[in-house]
Formats: sequence, structure tokens, C-alpha cells
Amino acid sequence: MSALTQIAAVSAMNIRSLPQRIGTSSVVVIGIAGVVAVLISVLAMSTGLIRTLQKTGPDSRAIVVRTGSSAELVSVLMNDAALAIADSAGIKKGSDGRPLASPETLLIMNISKKDGADASAPFRGLTQDGFAVHPEIKITSGRVFQAGVTEMIVGKSAQRLYKGLDVGSQIKLRSATWTVVGTFESGGSGRESELIADKQTLNSAYQRGNGGQSVWVVLDPQGGLQTFKDAITTNPQLQVDVSTEKDFGTRQSAQISKILEIVAYVVGGIMAIGAIFGALNTMYSAVSTRSREIATLRAIGFGPVPVVVSVFVEALLLALIGGSVGALIAWLLFNGHSVDTLVGGFGGQLIFDLAVTPWLVALGIIWACVIGVIGGLFPAIRAARLPVATALRAV
Amino acid sequence: MKYFMLIWAGLWRKKTRTVLTMLSIVVAFLLFGLLQGINQGIKAGLGDTGNNRLWTTARMSAVSSMPAALMVRMQTVKGVRTIAHLSFFGGYFQDAKNALPAFATNVDKLAVVYPELNITPAQIAAMQTTRPGALIGRPLAKKYGWKIGDKIPVGTTIWTNNDGSNNWAFDIVGIFDPTPQFERSPLGSAFWINYAYWDEARKFDNHRVHQFIVQVDNPAQAAVISSAIDKMSENSPDETRTQTENAALQSQLKQLADINFIANSIVGAVMFTLLFLTANTMMQSVRERIPELAVLKTLGFSGGTVSTLVLVESLMLCLFAAAVGLVLSAGAMKAVGSVLGPTRLPGIVIAAGLVIAVALAIISGLPPAFRAQRLNIVDALAGR
Repeated sequence: MSALTQIAAVSAMNIRSLPQRIGTSSVVVIGIAGVVAVLISVLAMSTGLIRTLQKTGPDSRAIVVRTGSSAELVSVLMNDAALAIADSAGIKKGSDGRPLASPETLLIMNISKKDGADASAPFRGLTQDGFAVHPEIKITSGRVFQAGVTEMIVGKSAQRLYKGLDVGSQIKLRSATWTVVGTFESGGSGRESELIADKQTLNSAYQRGNGGQSVWVVLDPQGGLQTFKDAITTNPQLQVDVSTEKDFGTRQSAQISKILEIVAYVVGGIMAIGAIFGALNTMYSAVSTRSREIATLRAIGFGPVPVVVSVFVEALLLALIGGSVGALIAWLLFNGHSVDTLVGGFGGQLIFDLAVTPWLVALGIIWACVIGVIGGLFPAIRAARLPVATALRAV
Repeated sequence: MKYFMLIWAGLWRKKTRTVLTMLSIVVAFLLFGLLQGINQGIKAGLGDTGNNRLWTTARMSAVSSMPAALMVRMQTVKGVRTIAHLSFFGGYFQDAKNALPAFATNVDKLAVVYPELNITPAQIAAMQTTRPGALIGRPLAKKYGWKIGDKIPVGTTIWTNNDGSNNWAFDIVGIFDPTPQFERSPLGSAFWINYAYWDEARKFDNHRVHQFIVQVDNPAQAAVISSAIDKMSENSPDETRTQTENAALQSQLKQLADINFIANSIVGAVMFTLLFLTANTMMQSVRERIPELAVLKTLGFSGGTVSTLVLVESLMLCLFAAAVGLVLSAGAMKAVGSVLGPTRLPGIVIAAGLVIAVALAIISGLPPAFRAQRLNIVDALAGR
């Protein structure tokens, strides 16, 4: 018999006998499922967060903030600066020939969640040009706010999270009372966590003069970011930083997604060590229950390699089942599950959905296999070294 | 106690298995201690210090400003002892990446309201003589190696000064040593500057502050005083919102993430896995020893004694491993705690851990113990 047929035969025999050891085998499955479920769930949180903050509309959108501002909220851009930015070269022109630039105000509002807890909602002020720069903002019910009246539209996620944001209702935010006139979607981006109103109305309701926080522009595809960047950085009137929307989003999510990743890998890692002990235990006992069988195989001429491989195959099979179960649990429980957290760079409560991506599932399965391999290694060596005569005598 | 050696021998009958089981319990309790310890530690860190302090912020949001003049009127509320205020300067040192937690304040009052910062009268006097002075906490001084007398350039994205530039400079006039609990809090590691100086030097938002900290005579009156303060600005453009320090911190924490939920779900998953594993090992171990237990019964051990032996064995295994796990997590807390805040494993977590260990031992030991008690000697000896 060739080595391969030996391996196949022993492994098949081994797997067929698995149901008899269902109790101990399930230790490996459940242990690994736990590790993978925790790992994937926490990473799904970080993935969902990054996905929401990096979701971009038109490929070439950029945001301009005051030099050194790590977040939109801490930036201050007075009206003259905003006008100078809009006049710079490198900005795409809209259908009316005016540059596609949107000066925006961003405030944070204390607001109650539906469960009564306090939260900080971002409240954005847009000019009429704002919608041309953010074409992904689509009104799903009601209508757009009018300038000069305290009307606002609310993002789909914000409406789900906060109290009193149904279309038609009025809500008092500090000294001003706003009427919710519409709901919008923005393709899953961070905007959906926000409330939006007319910039000038928002500014005068909260004594903001005619300043703002940022200017969003659509870049001219010919020059790209560089032309625009050169134009505004050489303007002595301006002290500003410019970055593409994607880079800006990446920087905002960097810190918190790093924390989540550390949690996932540290907790997942410690759990994995526990699961390795569990797997070792199971595989050792599997080898010891089968010691007579293994010794018999060795006595009738099977080599040590098929025996080792068969133990490995069993460990890997159990690990794969465990990994799949864990991934399935994480996916069923958390995929699309909505959570909200205060993201420093974002400025307020960011609402996002957990995302269990194929890559995360693959990562989970890889972890499962590694645990399985380590858990199977030492027992496999023991199985191969089993002294045939002694094992056969033991009853 | 006289059966100790017997139980001991039973425990070590299969060394590898016992060691591995023990290690997985150790790992589980290490995780339990770590997660619950951090969770409880953060809660306890909010603890009982801030009860006589109220935080007043703008109702719009904690980052909006309020007129500084409110302070005079707030002082008239009965039960208010001292009021300090602070304004967020933000800023950075050299590079925008090195954020500097700089706040403008009235230092003399701050020292009264936060005795935990250990700001000395000499330091207050130094701040009053050096207008562009700065007081910094020991942790910050250590981080950048700053000494008294150093002139620190501070950049900011928000505050333009009267020269039209965004570059500020402050002279370090004192380094204070906050209590250990405050060492890692934002206040203890802050860069404090004179409000009076800063307010004159900045170009906009003058005469406004971001937060008042109100020290009250009697914490029991906090609710009454809070609503009295908030009433004063009702329907003005600058409505305020006053909460006790603890309530404010707690709601901040809640906004951050539901840490509690995350810690509990992970611990739940770990415990379930662990219970399954230990129960399985215990049952397997007893199953293999059935002929031995039958011998014990033949020798005259009662069913009750045999089952007690099995149960005590499981208890010893679980308690010992849990204790090791908790000790390890206490050590790990010391190592990582410096980043996260709490460094000591709270007693309640240790107690809860030991209770869980006992429960684990009983749940995983009972079925095999029961089986050992009901053992039919003849069948067991015959291997049936």
C-alpha cells in the first residue's frame, strides 16, 4: 500500500469513529467557536466603523480645515477664508458654472436617545450649494429644509437612534425650536448620523456669525488634489489643510479602530490559548482511547506518518467545524447590528452597522486552523511514538 | 482531610489532562479578571470623589461656551461654596499630533474645588505674578521632560490671539503632584493656563467659558442647587445644564461605548466554553476510574463518601486554577492598567471570580459524583 492510500485509510477510519467521541470532540468545536465568534464580533465593529467613515461620494471630494485641525469640529474657517477657498483653482465647476464648494458649519447638540440616555449629535449647516457637493444625500421622506426658517432634515440612522425626530415633529435644541421636515440617506456614510439645516439659519440660531468649520469641494478631475492643494497652500490669506475625504475619514477612525483591534487580538489571543489547551486535552484523550487501535495498525504494517496525519486531519476537521460555527454565530448575531459610539475625530455620536465581511470570516477560519494544528501536533507525535507492544498489552 | 492524599492521587492520575484542564481554567479566569476588573475599575474610578462637585456646561453641548458672568449669579445660590471654571484651549506641542490637554482656568478656585490636584499656595501665587504662566501635572512634565522656567510654544487650531497668529507661548511656573486617582484623569495631566491672561489675549469668544465646577456645601442638596443654577439661564440663548460630576462622567462613558455589555458578553462566551470543557474532562476522568471507584466501594467506602471525593477533587481543581488566573489578571492589570486607568483588581471581582469557580466545580462535578454514588459494584468491577 502506498503512503497516500495508508493516510486516506487511517484518516477515514478515524473520522468514521468521531461520533463515538462526540462529547470530547465537541470541546474542540465549542472552544474554537467561542474564540472565533469573539474575534470576529469585535473586529466587525472596527470594520463597520472604518467603512462608515471612509464611505465616499464622488471619488474626488476633498475637505479643507484650518491648519492642524485633527477634526472638523475643532477647525474654524471664517467667511472670507471660505470664499477664498471656493475661488481657488482646481475645483470642478457645477452646471451653473460656479465652483462646487460647500462651506459648512458643524455643531454638537445634546439630545436624548430613545432609551433616554444622553448623546451628542452632530448638527451640520449646509448652503444651497451643499447638495451639489454631496449628491449622495437623498431625501427619502418629506422635503429639504428652507433657508431662513428653523427647519432641518435628519439622517436615517439619527432618526432611528434619537427621540422625537419623526418628520413633522418639533424639537427644542437649546434656545431654538426646529421642525423636522425630512429624512435622508447618504449611502451608509457618517452623514446619516447627522442633523442638517441651512447654514445661515443654524449660525444665527446659535450666534455663530458667518463662520464655519470646513469647506468641502469637488476636485477638478484634470488637476486632481495637487492643483487645488498648491492653489490654497500658496495663498497667503489662508492657513488651511486639505485632504481627500477618504484620508480624512481614515484619520478619524484610526484611534478607535486601533483600540478595537487591540481588544479583539488580546482577548481573542488569550481565549485562543485557552482553546489550544482544550484542543490538546481532547486530542490527547482521543489518542489514548484509540491507542490499542493505533498499535494494531502499526503492528500490521502501517507507518507512523499515516497515524500522525490522521490525528492532524481529525484536529483540523474539528477546528474547521468550530471556526465555521463561530463565524456563523457572529454573523447571525451581529452582521448589520447597529451600534453608536462617540468618535473623537467625528465630533459626535457616530452610528454604524457592524460588518462581518468575508475577509473577517476567513481570518476567523485561519485562527481556528492554527488552534487546531497546534492542538493536534503534540498528541499526533505521542500517537506516532506509541510503543506498539505495550499499547497492545494494555487492556 | 484524611482522604486528602487519595484525592490528590486521583487528581494527578493523568498529569497531562489535569495540567491542561487547569491551564484552560487559568486562562478563562485571567480573562474574567482582566475584563471585569477594567470594567469595574472604570466605574469605581468615577467613584465617590465627585459628589460635592457639580458640573455646569452649556445645554447645547459640553463643547459650547457660556458667559463667564454667569458665575457671579451662580455664586448667589444658597449652598454654593466655591466656583471654578475652565475653558478648552486644546492646542498642540510642536506638531498637531502631540495634542496638549490645555485648559484656561481661575487657578486659585481650581485648587479649592479640586484639592486632589495638590496645587500649593506658592504655585497659585506664581501663576498670579506670571500672567502667561502655566501649571502642569507631574505626568505631563515627565512625558516631555519639562521643568519650571521652561517656555513652551503651544499651537492651536482654534484660538487666534490679538496679534492675529495662532502661536502661543507659556512659562511653566509650577508642577503639581495629583493624587494617584487623579494622576491619569484629564485634569491631573492637564496644562493649566491663566484664564484672565488668555481671555484678554484671544481674538474672539471673549468673556465666555466652557464649564463651571461648582463646589457645594452638602452633596445631598446637589439636585436642588443644580436646578436653581439651570433656572437662572432658562430661555436665554445660553441655557445651562448642571449635573453632579459623577453623573456627568458616567454619561460621558456611556456615550463612548457600552463597555459593560461588551465585557459581559465576552466573559459569558468564555465561561460557557470553559464550563463545557471542565465538565467534560471531569466526567471523562470519572468514567475512566469507574473500576477504581468500585474497588473503593468494595473496601467499604459509602456511596456518599465516594461522591464527596469526586466533588472535592473537582473543587480543588477549579479553585486552585481560578486563584492562579485571578492572581495573573491582577498582575496583568498592573501592566496594562497604566494605559487604561485602574490598576488594582477590585475585591468584588475577586469574590465574584471565586464564587464562579465554586459554581463551576459543582456543576461539572455533580453528574460524575452522582454517577459514582449510584455505582453498582458488581457491574463496575466486571467492566460492564
